[in-house]
Amino acid sequence: MNLELVLPILIPLTAGALSLALWRSVRLQRFLAVLATGLLLAAGIWLLLSTTEQGFLVVEMGSWPAPFSIVLVSDVLAAIMIVLTGIIGLAIAVYSLASTPRGHEKFSYYPLMHLLLAGVAGAFLTGDIFNLFVWFEVMLLASFALLTLGGERAQMEGAIKYVTLNLFSSAIFLSAVGLLYGMVGTLNMADIAQKVSSVEDPGMITVVSLLFMVSFGIKAAAFPLFFWLPASYHTPQVAVSALFAGLLTKVGVYALYRVFTLIFTQDVEYTHTILLWTAALTMLTGVLGAAAQFEFRRILSFHIVSQIGYMLLGLALFTPLALIGGVFYIMHHIIVKTNLFLISGIIYRLLGSYELKDLGGVYRQRPYLALLFLIPALSLAGIPPLSGFFAKFIVVRASLESGEYLVTAIALLVGLLTLYSMIKIWAEVFWKKVPEHVTDLSRLNGEIKDKHNWAYFAPVVGLAACTVIIGLYGQPIYLLAEMAAEQLMNPQLYIEAVLGGQST
Amino acid sequence: MENMMAYVVGILFAAGIYMMLRRSIVKLVIGLIILSNAANLLIFVVSGLTRGAPPLIPEGASEVVGAVADPLPQALILTAIVIAFSVLAFAVVLIRRAYEVVGTDDLDKMKDTDT
Repeated sequence: MNLELVLPILIPLTAGALSLALWRSVRLQRFLAVLATGLLLAAGIWLLLSTTEQGFLVVEMGSWPAPFSIVLVSDVLAAIMIVLTGIIGLAIAVYSLASTPRGHEKFSYYPLMHLLLAGVAGAFLTGDIFNLFVWFEVMLLASFALLTLGGERAQMEGAIKYVTLNLFSSAIFLSAVGLLYGMVGTLNMADIAQKVSSVEDPGMITVVSLLFMVSFGIKAAAFPLFFWLPASYHTPQVAVSALFAGLLTKVGVYALYRVFTLIFTQDVEYTHTILLWTAALTMLTGVLGAAAQFEFRRILSFHIVSQIGYMLLGLALFTPLALIGGVFYIMHHIIVKTNLFLISGIIYRLLGSYELKDLGGVYRQRPYLALLFLIPALSLAGIPPLSGFFAKFIVVRASLESGEYLVTAIALLVGLLTLYSMIKIWAEVFWKKVPEHVTDLSRLNGEIKDKHNWAYFAPVVGLAACTVIIGLYGQPIYLLAEMAAEQLMNPQLYIEAVLGGQST
Repeated sequence: MENMMAYVVGILFAAGIYMMLRRSIVKLVIGLIILSNAANLLIFVVSGLTRGAPPLIPEGASEVVGAVADPLPQALILTAIVIAFSVLAFAVVLIRRAYEVVGTDDLDKMKDTDT
């Protein structure tokens, strides 16, 4: 029994239930939020350590033998994702102490947050395709409620789009699972991977694989299915935005990585070419969308879309180096993107707006905050020596080695345009003078002191430190990504680990 | 039988998507309901329809005897129905709240958050 494999799901679920029991005491809920996410991070690190040591960890639920039971599987990629979930969870929990309005805290903000983390962790760890659907729904339901907490007009409009497209994607996912089950007669992903090659009509497998691609593509916000993301991510309060930005789309990306390296590798030529152009167009539309925006969080939302393109590119090229790049990119992106959202929240706190035209003068009053913004912003654009540089470098190098020159050119251009967007934010928010129509400067000038300033800054500083460490001390991270990619390139290892080497 | 059910599934998907493309948010949710039912029925049909053979192990035996219906798709559908039920309950509350806050049920008038 590998306890560390179950803990990342068990901790948030228990914490969520306890938080509900402590409905009346917001203080205890807050304490529990920080404690549980801290434990989640610790469990994640434990999981990563033992996964890198043993290669794969497998737990069969109820001790039924593998193809019949629901299995939890952890390979290096899943373990990395769990650690990232822990980091983001902890950062958001601490940040929420200061930023979440009292009314939201009273109406089950913390239980929902725990439930969301449980759903995300479950989706990363499960080895059963229908169970993946269930965890997706757990995560979605929590995210629906978090998105609409507060009930403002923009939230309602955003939520309708978000809910509709995500439910639509779930329906496609469910249909695809059904069709796949009809062909191979099993739900265990390792077992499916083993049996998929013996299906009479390989064309049908490709059709089903495209259904999965569309479904996960919607969840990952890939071109042309990303419209729900920029319409909804800027509407909830900022800690929720940051949590979504860091984790939710990446679950879709992870599912694509899992399914298109393990199961649907019989027609790589066809499926991965579609993925390649999806990736290129995702990058391009995302960054062009961002260029047209003048609202802090909308710019960042469009950049999520464009960054998803790089991760898909890593998968689409399907060479060992490209997968290393993709995994590295996910690690870098989750940390950086969450951090940028958190900073936008601090600036909202100072000046009371997300519109660039209402912001300004932050550099003069808060030079250290400007520095904290520059670290993730430049990292996002891929400036050395920060984490984004190495992530982009590996992906671009992999695509050059595969001879995809046009896609490489797009990737480099998108990097440049990302820098343009970041400079736009820098110039408008930090560099220019405070606009004259902004009158309430008491917070910016430091006349009103916040009691919980540390809770705003501790997560931002911590995440910025992660970015710098990944950049300056990248070798161990690269080795980790290399191990993950190696396992992804050899699905046979996964199958043997889950099914114990037995043949059917 | 399976052919007929296949057509039913197809019609349900088409009807669901048609409803989702309407402008009213109420019809949008009805479309989602039909769509999730279509997906459930699809699972049921593709995993094979077997009549009159419940997957019960006779007393004293350790395996089922003869051809029996596959119990797993039914378990899947049951799970999916429960999930769809809760999610759609949320969606119904959401459209009600949205109608109260926005003051219209026309999706074309909910463009504030679009770009």
